[in-house]
Amino acid sequence: MTNIVVAVKYVPDATADRKFNADNTVDREGVDGLLSELDEYAVEQALQIIEAGEGEVTVLTVGPADAADAVRKALQMGADKGVHVVDDAVHGSDVFATAKILAEAIKKIEHDLVIFGMGSTDSNTGVVPSLVADILGVPAVTFGSKLTVDGSTATITRDGDVATQEIQASLPAVISVTDQTDEARYPSFKGIMAAKKKEVVEWSLGDLGLDAGSVGLDAAWTKVESNAPRPPRTAGEIVTDEGDGGAKLVEFLASKKFV
Amino acid sequence: MSEVLVLIDAVDGKATKPSLELLTIARRLGTPSAVVFGSSVPDNLGEYGAEKIYQLDDAVYGEYLVGPKAEALAQLVADKSPAATLVVSSNEGKEIAARVALKSNSGFIADAVDVEADGTTTQSVFAGGYTVKAKVSTGAPVIAVKPNSAAPEAAPAAGTVEAVSVDISDAAKGAKIVSSKPKEASGRPELTEAAIVVAGGRGTGGDFSEVEGLADVLGAAVGASRAAVDSGWYPHSFQVGQTGKTVSPQLYVAAGISGAIQHRAGMQTSKTIIAVNKDEEAPIFELVDFGVVGDLKAVLPQATEEINKRK
Ligand SMILES: Cc1cc2nc3c(=O)[nH]c(=O)nc-3n(C[C@H](O)[C@H](O)[C@H](O)COP(=O)(O)OP(=O)(O)OC[C@H]3O[C@@H](n4cnc5c(N)ncnc54)[C@H](O)[C@@H]3O)c2cc1C
Ligand SMILES: Nc1ncnc2c1ncn2[C@@H]1O[C@H](COP(=O)(O)O)[C@@H](O)[C@H]1O
Repeated sequence: MTNIVVAVKYVPDATADRKFNADNTVDREGVDGLLSELDEYAVEQALQIIEAGEGEVTVLTVGPADAADAVRKALQMGADKGVHVVDDAVHGSDVFATAKILAEAIKKIEHDLVIFGMGSTDSNTGVVPSLVADILGVPAVTFGSKLTVDGSTATITRDGDVATQEIQASLPAVISVTDQTDEARYPSFKGIMAAKKKEVVEWSLGDLGLDAGSVGLDAAWTKVESNAPRPPRTAGEIVTDEGDGGAKLVEFLASKKFV
Repeated sequence: MSEVLVLIDAVDGKATKPSLELLTIARRLGTPSAVVFGSSVPDNLGEYGAEKIYQLDDAVYGEYLVGPKAEALAQLVADKSPAATLVVSSNEGKEIAARVALKSNSGFIADAVDVEADGTTTQSVFAGGYTVKAKVSTGAPVIAVKPNSAAPEAAPAAGTVEAVSVDISDAAKGAKIVSSKPKEASGRPELTEAAIVVAGGRGTGGDFSEVEGLADVLGAAVGASRAAVDSGWYPHSFQVGQTGKTVSPQLYVAAGISGAIQHRAGMQTSKTIIAVNKDEEAPIFELVDFGVVGDLKAVLPQATEEINKRK
């Protein structure tokens, strides 16, 4: 029996025009959002573990009302139930507050394993899993390109720059998996229908015993002071190869002193 | 001047270039003290400005993932009360830094591309589409800085080595490294540190020889798009983009790469960008300083030959 919590984030669509709010926080309402594609890999790994054995997958998100869409998508993929921490006071939280909220929620859900994506596609710091593990006092086994769970031990393969490593930890543990793990499944028609009946509970900060003043923009330990769109690059010179494309490329390199 | 802790990454006993960049950046904020895990201390840390070098030599740091290193660095932060702590913004660096910041109740900034004397940082977000300025407002800043954010400058300092030992809790020893198989080195510059990167995508059709040929005459690193990596044509450690490496070289050459937003996220801040692509509509051309609409199988070898001729 392995019960798994998968932490998923609702993020603005990377292919849309992502923006900031006036308070320098990421606009999560004016831009279409979705389940962070990198978290789909975490859902997939959790489902595979459960399918090979027994247990339940709970998807957990911290986010605005619309974040329920991310939970729904994971339920359609096959997760059993959802938990959505939603509270106006969460707006503008930094990584530490997010990690604290996730940790408190995870404590309330029966679990052996917590699986995260490798990074959110909006902030992409990749540190939330490690912080949650630190707060929970459990091992953090991060950036796995392969994950296996055997009894009470989790093993991951890490495809690093200088070495391929195998890492082991005893459960309960926090894992994060990369997009090198198996391709995530699409929700089936049956999955989409079944998800309609699955339970999604909403928790407020109060339900987690957290004080609203300890999270959110004002409590953040970092202040974003300004944001600005990057000036568009000035249009470059484009030539069509007529048998001399390589030579022209080198002329350009020479003009910039690269050769 | 107050002390600034700089976590040094070393390969084969030598400090990596991004680590030396950190020492240079640290001098804007105070007096750099290098922090080195392991039995050997790189010999050029003093030359690049490290007044002190804290050496933490214990097998435990190599036996587990970041837990012990984070605990030890947090202890050092507690003992020395530095003005700031800087690490290289790699996956491991960020994990260590975030945990140190958590343990010391200090704000954390990831992926900075610049750090000013007053601690204001610059970050490039949304696939390089926006620039953000931020500052830590609580505690002593812990900042993870991307490679190529400064040019390392020699600034001779004492470089006095001080051994530090920290008792590591059992809780920090949860994720054990049970095996480690070293990868073969490519012999080319390290991707994130290279001044020039030549990258290939699906358009290579699986044969990277033209890409490698051009890279080698330019002394460049080789990169790959995710499509090329997913097809098994090039190892994942060479992937450029959102889920690969972010590079910011002087020159980036994209061959047979369409320029998807996730790829841009990893290369958009390159100083000069060149693309070779058969399709004149490919979005990569929106970014380029120079582009060739053509077959990379013809254009790259010709360029390589032309450079050889000029040598
Ligand atoms: C969550 C997520 C994360 C991602 N992370 C990354 C990432 O880190 N890095 C990354 O690169 N992608 C990433 N992607 C994938 C990205 O969306 C694109 O699918 C990928 O970058 C496409 O690679 P490509 O440009 O090589 O292939 P394609 O888009 O197929 O483009 C191939 C190009 O080659 C050209 N071409 C073909 N033949 C030739 C020839 N003979 N000569 C010249 N040109 C030729 C074609 O005209 C075309 O423009 C990610 C996607 C998601 C969803
Ligand atoms: N608000 C959130 N709700 C649920 N999970 C999150 C949230 N933010 C981050 N995560 C998880 O933490 C991982 C790393 O995110 P990040 O550190 O922001 O890059 C993501 O892939 C998610 O699994």
